[in-house]
Amino acid sequence: MLEARGITRVLGEGEAQVMALRGVTLSLRPGELTLLMGPSGSGKTTLLSIFGCILAPTEGTLTIAGQSTAGMKAEQLAELRRKCIGFIFQSYNLFPTLTAEENVMLALDVRRKAKGDARAVARKALEGVGLGHRLRSYPRKLSGGERQRVAIARSLVGDPSIILADEPTAALDGVNGKAVMELLAVIAQDKSRSVFVVTHDSRILPFADRIVRIEDGNIVSDLRQKRTKLGEKAS
Amino acid sequence: MVYTLALRNFIHDRISLIVTLVGIVFSVVLMAIQIGLYYGSQQVITSMIDHSGAQLWITPIGAQSFDDSPLLKGGEKYAALSRPGVASAVDLAVNIMGWKRPDGGSQAVVVVGTDPDDKGLVAWNLIAGSADAIYKPNAVIADKAYLDDLQVKGIGDSGEINDQKAVIVAITDHIRSFTTLPYLFTTLTRARTFMHAAPDQSGFVMVRVKPDAKVEVVQADLQKNLRAVDVLTNQQFLDRSVHHWLFATGAGAALIAGAVLGLIVGVVVVAQTLYASTKDHLNEFATLRALGASASYIVRVILVQAVLSAVIGYLIGMAEALVIIWATRDTQLVILLTPMLALALFLITLGMCVFSAISAIVKVTRIDPAMVFSR
Repeated sequence: MLEARGITRVLGEGEAQVMALRGVTLSLRPGELTLLMGPSGSGKTTLLSIFGCILAPTEGTLTIAGQSTAGMKAEQLAELRRKCIGFIFQSYNLFPTLTAEENVMLALDVRRKAKGDARAVARKALEGVGLGHRLRSYPRKLSGGERQRVAIARSLVGDPSIILADEPTAALDGVNGKAVMELLAVIAQDKSRSVFVVTHDSRILPFADRIVRIEDGNIVSDLRQKRTKLGEKAS
Repeated sequence: MVYTLALRNFIHDRISLIVTLVGIVFSVVLMAIQIGLYYGSQQVITSMIDHSGAQLWITPIGAQSFDDSPLLKGGEKYAALSRPGVASAVDLAVNIMGWKRPDGGSQAVVVVGTDPDDKGLVAWNLIAGSADAIYKPNAVIADKAYLDDLQVKGIGDSGEINDQKAVIVAITDHIRSFTTLPYLFTTLTRARTFMHAAPDQSGFVMVRVKPDAKVEVVQADLQKNLRAVDVLTNQQFLDRSVHHWLFATGAGAALIAGAVLGLIVGVVVVAQTLYASTKDHLNEFATLRALGASASYIVRVILVQAVLSAVIGYLIGMAEALVIIWATRDTQLVILLTPMLALALFLITLGMCVFSAISAIVKVTRIDPAMVFSR
């Protein structure tokens, strides 16, 4: 689904140069919710950006759905994102001038899937995250948890095989954070999909199938844990 | 969704929206009025020549325009009639003279002497009186726009030209001069009397050629056989007059400069506000990019915003321009706004807004989608 081998990324120039990633090798599997944890500055977001084809690795190879990203131009990378990747951001990144329904429809339009009944598809996606009653609401009228659920619906609506989430619970209280992670865990049960979550919120550990820890640009641990129920890990 | 997003972004920031529209409206109004004045001036300059029906003009050497030309030496009409290919030759006496107003003041006027029976240049657009009234004693025909300048109220009122009485016998509408000097139509004989001209002297001779004759051939023949005159085709005389008043005097250049200024102001204001709007929505554009939107998708959002600005700004601007034109319809200014000019202005406004979007497009195409992860 996604395979990274020997990923190195150097940020900055000259004396300010920093090696954010040092030969990271990691694969994402379908039906798995992977947490990437680590302290600030450890390279979490850099790795997420590379997985999302937003940053190019300085060295190493990234293969998504069997396609190597090496040498791809910006438009080819954008196409790969449209086909394979859904994003969830810490700050939701919803369009304030569009309703919840329109925010989701926009993701379909970007993927050129707006033809036909895009509105019905968007509604179904929002109903799937429990927001069937908030279709016409603008982001400013939604709570933080609701906004993040709109963002999740937006990430899912294009039917991508990889969901990349950047600190999805960081701006949420415990109840809303739990609700969002439960949703992501359900999404990750889909065997055609992999969910990769960058976080340093330890409250969400029970939702993960796999926990990867990164420090100073190196993967320092990669542990799998079995879940028998959503949000509950088997010991 | 491109249109929805562009429209919502467009109306989201009211202050920016107002500034954009004010800039475009100012630009459209300025361009419409300046270019309308240019075309109106052109129409005014050429109106006498356009209505003459002449194919060739015999003018004093170097005569630059209809309004401002010395008299011919005399006898040119009969000299022209004696040449092959000439069907008719009509004398036209034109000269700038002084009108003595009833209050004793003076107003410069352009006396146009012609005989309607000769099928020469006669007054048109009559709104009071009749063309035949010109044969009454001391008769002159004036335009409604200049009655105040002549200090007369209507038919029957009089003044003096070269110490000779002149009575208004008919009134026209929309026969205006570029120089703002009132035209006064009268008979050829009376005009010669006003001008103290000889009985065979005139300002111009208007020539029509026989149906089987070529205008250029007759022109060359007349030029060769008549002394101390220019023989011009109707178009050459039009071009010479327009060039003289609009370019030699600098008036046309000033009008065009005004229109260009309007265009520049429009470009600067729209570019500035579109750029600012794009910067305000940069995070959204970065999100679009992260979601996989192509560069052309994002460019379309900005272009639709630019087109929306153009359409709305144009409609408001043209409405204002039409109000100004309506309000000045009875003044000495002629603002000519034709459907073609209105269409051209729309295309210019559209082009201006799209051109103005370039800086915003450059900004957005250089966007780093990684900024979506900025905290």
